[in-house]
Amino acid sequence: MRLVILESSAEVTEWAARYITKRINDFNPGPDKFFVLGLPTGGTPLGTYKKLVEYHKAGKVSFKYVKTFNMDEYVGIPRNHPQSYHTFMYENFFKHIDIDPVNVHILDGNAEDLQKECDNYEKLIADAGGIELFMGGIGPDGHIAFNEPGSSLVSRTRVKTLNVETIAANARFFGDDLSLVPKQALTVGVGTVMDANEVMVLVTGSHKAYALHMAIEEGVNHMWTVSAFQQHPRTLLLCDEDATLELKVKTVKYFKSLHAVHMGLLGANAA
Amino acid sequence: MNSSGKDDDVTIQFRNCRRFLDGKIVSNQQLLVRNGKIIDPEPVFYCEKKKPTTVVDCKNALLVPGFIDVQINGGYGFDFSSDPTKVAEAVSVVSKGLLSTGVTSFCPTLVTSPPELYKKVLPQLSRRPGSRAGAAVLGAHVEGPFINPEKKGAHPPEHMLTFAKGPGVLEEVYGSLEHVAMITLAPELPGAEQAVEFLAQRRVVVSVGHSSGSLEQGEAAVVAGASFITHLFNAMLPFHHRDPGLVGLLTSKVVPRPVYYGIISDGVHTHPAALRIAHRTHPGGLVLITDAMAALGLGEGEHNIGQLAVEVRGRRAFLPGTDTLAGSIATMDECIRRFIKAAGVSLEEGVRAATEHPARLLGLATTKGSLVAGADADFVMLGDDGDTLGNVDVMRTFIAGQCVYERPGLPALQTWTC
Repeated sequence: MRLVILESSAEVTEWAARYITKRINDFNPGPDKFFVLGLPTGGTPLGTYKKLVEYHKAGKVSFKYVKTFNMDEYVGIPRNHPQSYHTFMYENFFKHIDIDPVNVHILDGNAEDLQKECDNYEKLIADAGGIELFMGGIGPDGHIAFNEPGSSLVSRTRVKTLNVETIAANARFFGDDLSLVPKQALTVGVGTVMDANEVMVLVTGSHKAYALHMAIEEGVNHMWTVSAFQQHPRTLLLCDEDATLELKVKTVKYFKSLHAVHMGLLGANAA
Repeated sequence: MNSSGKDDDVTIQFRNCRRFLDGKIVSNQQLLVRNGKIIDPEPVFYCEKKKPTTVVDCKNALLVPGFIDVQINGGYGFDFSSDPTKVAEAVSVVSKGLLSTGVTSFCPTLVTSPPELYKKVLPQLSRRPGSRAGAAVLGAHVEGPFINPEKKGAHPPEHMLTFAKGPGVLEEVYGSLEHVAMITLAPELPGAEQAVEFLAQRRVVVSVGHSSGSLEQGEAAVVAGASFITHLFNAMLPFHHRDPGLVGLLTSKVVPRPVYYGIISDGVHTHPAALRIAHRTHPGGLVLITDAMAALGLGEGEHNIGQLAVEVRGRRAFLPGTDTLAGSIATMDECIRRFIKAAGVSLEEGVRAATEHPARLLGLATTKGSLVAGADADFVMLGDDGDTLGNVDVMRTFIAGQCVYERPGLPALQTWTC
């Protein structure tokens, strides 16, 4: 596992965008060889999408031969609802880049048979050849996608009922009316993400410091689902200084000593 | 794209633009056009899973709805009232000329004329869509002959009539109301209220103007269905604090809905201070009009308007040898610029007064005057660099998604097919 510690949240999101850009370009995708990218929503990844759009406009990266799979979507709100993940992805990313809409995949929270939709999603990922790079964020309770505390660490894509804290936290996006907040979501499982060739998790802010501590300094535990990636051969955690507040000094110093190695991941000229 | 046929497979994306969205300018946007209409891009992406067939890079230009002029008598050497045999040519020349001013639809306006002229001219002003050939015609605006000779302006008083015979006189004079979008009448004329009701039932917009009417008479007309005031302050009683006249309609508590009012913001017909008074009391009703006449786009000298001669001196058009104003020679883009400067409003508000407001007045808000999904893809590409206050600079005009005017000397738009 790698932990890249950067100064600020802005540096984290930019680093992630540069890394995705490099990975796509190194992969050299084409009509017979698509780069398959797993994507999250949320405040932290938003900065990465902004940077990716900027790089795309500057001609540094193309998404013409990229397939995407999003992690999750609410159940029961219209696709074009301002808070839906379809809307988030379209407004912040897809509409600004050259991706072919047939290569974009987001779980349909309005499907008639939700479990069938989830099973089919797993099949679509497999048909695409699996996910090359899965980007994710985590919640303060260490959840990845909607795999909240207690989720099975070998779970697959499925319907999840959201916990009370998540629903309450989401109320601000739905006019502070709890009755309007979706109670369920479709989400990829921890196992689905584990199957990706590489997993990159963005962790920013002091409110996520304890989750980062549980993710890397304690054992694998289903109450902190992100800790499962200790078992993944290629996990890349990106965090800012604030998110290191609960880590041991030794841990921070160790990963900081590898800074030059980490920067090398962005390519020879990345200083 | 074949503009006459439907083709759901052809979608044009104007990307990388700033654009009007709910009356505000939003950056980093796109405009998606299919079959000449603006469409919502999100379902095209997620449901149809289609990429646009053609992409146009706007290079961060500002896209605003095409301007609408509900009162224009002519331009480029032609007017719609003087010679019935030249009206077809007048419509063709004026509608083409207007494209360079950002106007994508308009109401050709007739001054008071003899009844036989209306019957010959109105059918030639029928509604038609815009194209490369010119701006769309939204139907005629007839000013008169049911107006007050005391406030005749440039209109010939000998042809003026009243409604003494009842509303039937309307069809007697105009022949048919089929091609009429708006009628300016004086609300104090006998029988005016019945005439207003008659017109409102037939979905003709009624405007009060060329009138010595009191506020009460104006209110009665609005209650009966009138919704517009023709060139506020001009050809009506001046505002008086004990008898506010038609100007008082802006703040009337009697009218069932707010009225719209036309303002000629050419810097000549309306003093900037008067414009500010109108704007600050009732900003949502302000509709910019050019009231332009045949000399628009021409130079100094004598020209014809209706049955009368007109003399242009400087930026003003007068009845020859007098100081009576006879219509303006300002373009709509110039009127927006002057309005923005005079009233100190934002570019958004300036543009809304020439787009959203007139579209609502005409009952066309779903198709004209905005860039919402479902509206006609009529828009103007503006350059607003540098001094942004009031810098409305028409670079290109589009109708139904097609570029119908491009200012000479601009670098070509980067366009590619997918």
